Amino acid sequence: MTEIGIRNVTKTFHVRDAAEPFTALSGVDLDVRAGEFLALVGPSGCGKSTLLDLVAGLTPPTSGQILTDGDPVTGPGLDRGVVFQQYALFPWRTAQANVEFGLEAKAVPRRERAARAREHLALVGLNGFEDRYPHELSGGMRQRVAIARSLAFDPDVLLMDEPFAALDAQTRESLQEELVRVWQHTGKTVIFITHGIDEAVYLGQRVAVMTSRPGRIKEVVEVAFDSREGDLRADPAFGEYRHHIWTLLRDEVAAAQVQEREVAISHG
Amino acid sequence: MADTRAALPGDLHWYDLPDDEADDSADEGAQDDARPPAARRRWLPAWLRRAGVNTVAVLLLLAAWEILPRTGVVDPVFVPPLSDDLAAWWDLLVTGSLPEHLGASLGRSLAGFGLAVVLAIPLGLLIGWYRPVADLLTPLLELFRNTSAVALLPVFTLILGIGEPAKVSFVLYACSWPILLNTISGVKTVEPLLVKSARSMGLGPFRLFQKVILPAAVPAIFTGVRLAGATSILVLLFAEMVGAKAGLGYLILDTQSSFRIPDMYAGIITISVLGLLLNLLLVAAERRFSTWRTT
Repeated sequence: MTEIGIRNVTKTFHVRDAAEPFTALSGVDLDVRAGEFLALVGPSGCGKSTLLDLVAGLTPPTSGQILTDGDPVTGPGLDRGVVFQQYALFPWRTAQANVEFGLEAKAVPRRERAARAREHLALVGLNGFEDRYPHELSGGMRQRVAIARSLAFDPDVLLMDEPFAALDAQTRESLQEELVRVWQHTGKTVIFITHGIDEAVYLGQRVAVMTSRPGRIKEVVEVAFDSREGDLRADPAFGEYRHHIWTLLRDEVAAAQVQEREVAISHG
Repeated sequence: MADTRAALPGDLHWYDLPDDEADDSADEGAQDDARPPAARRRWLPAWLRRAGVNTVAVLLLLAAWEILPRTGVVDPVFVPPLSDDLAAWWDLLVTGSLPEHLGASLGRSLAGFGLAVVLAIPLGLLIGWYRPVADLLTPLLELFRNTSAVALLPVFTLILGIGEPAKVSFVLYACSWPILLNTISGVKTVEPLLVKSARSMGLGPFRLFQKVILPAAVPAIFTGVRLAGATSILVLLFAEMVGAKAGLGYLILDTQSSFRIPDMYAGIITISVLGLLLNLLLVAAERRFSTWRTT
């Protein structure tokens, strides 16, 4: 199990034809505990995905540090698996071959690859769909394949960028349930980005709320239920968490909308 | 779509129909329109209807080719009836002169086309993958691809003479463009998210190219190869008309100038059937290599 430290991280981008660099994140501090499921919510454009890219090592921070178990992140690696909103499956590979992709990158022997891919497809409920191509699968199934792919190479950390946002409500709920089950089963550290407050409260042990751009962590809310049995969303405590986070987000969303309008005006 | 409409016939309006269905109703009785489209379609399998629609125009052309000269509507001296042309074609085949010309043409086409495949694909991959190379060569590529290969034929004959090397390299040159340009765009238009996803799994530039860029570009490359196949025959014919002692282009021009008109049409028929077959072959190959493409 791996803990993640995000220490005073700032990320700026140089925008073409702009005098000043664009500040996406400014002084983000966040500690994710080993084996924790952390949900990250924030208004659109607050830099949630940028933060995830930094933890994945896809881009370096402008200043500050990202640590996994105390070691600075220097680039992408198979100790962290990313699940994207748009699935990012390789369309020329079958479900099975997609799951094997990460195992090839990890140089797992061929025979073991096939077995592990099958095993992880079964874990996400896709046995019997090994030979289907992505275009032959529904959106929910594709995301299951993507999750299986990220689990198969056994990363310590799972980074999920609004993975269920493109799915319909029913598929989303069933995948949320399965994700909780898989997380409990594997004990991985998960950072889960969402713009859905319900989703964050349902999934997260803690919910980190971000401010509008430049993004910082506004508050981290501990979410604990006496029992997860039955209809969790109907639990009065669920409503309280939901309302608390909604209140935290409301001002930020308003601020983000003002920003967007200003940008639109200055560009128009 | 069709199912919903079938369930709610009252909601069906002519302006809701997609164009293909509007076409379907055109050749059927007006009373059929009252029935929902799903039921209306079942009387003939779709593929059979398609095959019928696809061949009807060709059959009409062939019939006109036979009948119009025979009835004197067109001059049978310049356009002999189809049956005469086919008879001439048979004679040419039996005397061995057609196989000889066909062989000469095919040899040149395939040599130029094959060389283009071997040279242009790697070059295109290189240009598409290395940004600096692309920036350097793009203006030059734009210039050449907008210059008709045929305009450069005199240059080829000037430098390489009128022998085989000139013709093969002319075909090679013309075939290279569609392959090159499609390969470059195939490499450049790989979905960035796939690249990001592969990078997140720690793939370096070489593995990324081998496992993501190359397979993603295969359909585009094959489109280029198919276009080049058609090009190879088109431009070769032209080269053979300018200076050659054998080949279908030579046959067509030579028979025309010596007024063996049915023989000329025999050559033309051969070339169009050859082009058609080559295209079918390459379309099949293209499908085979891009089954995963959903569009």
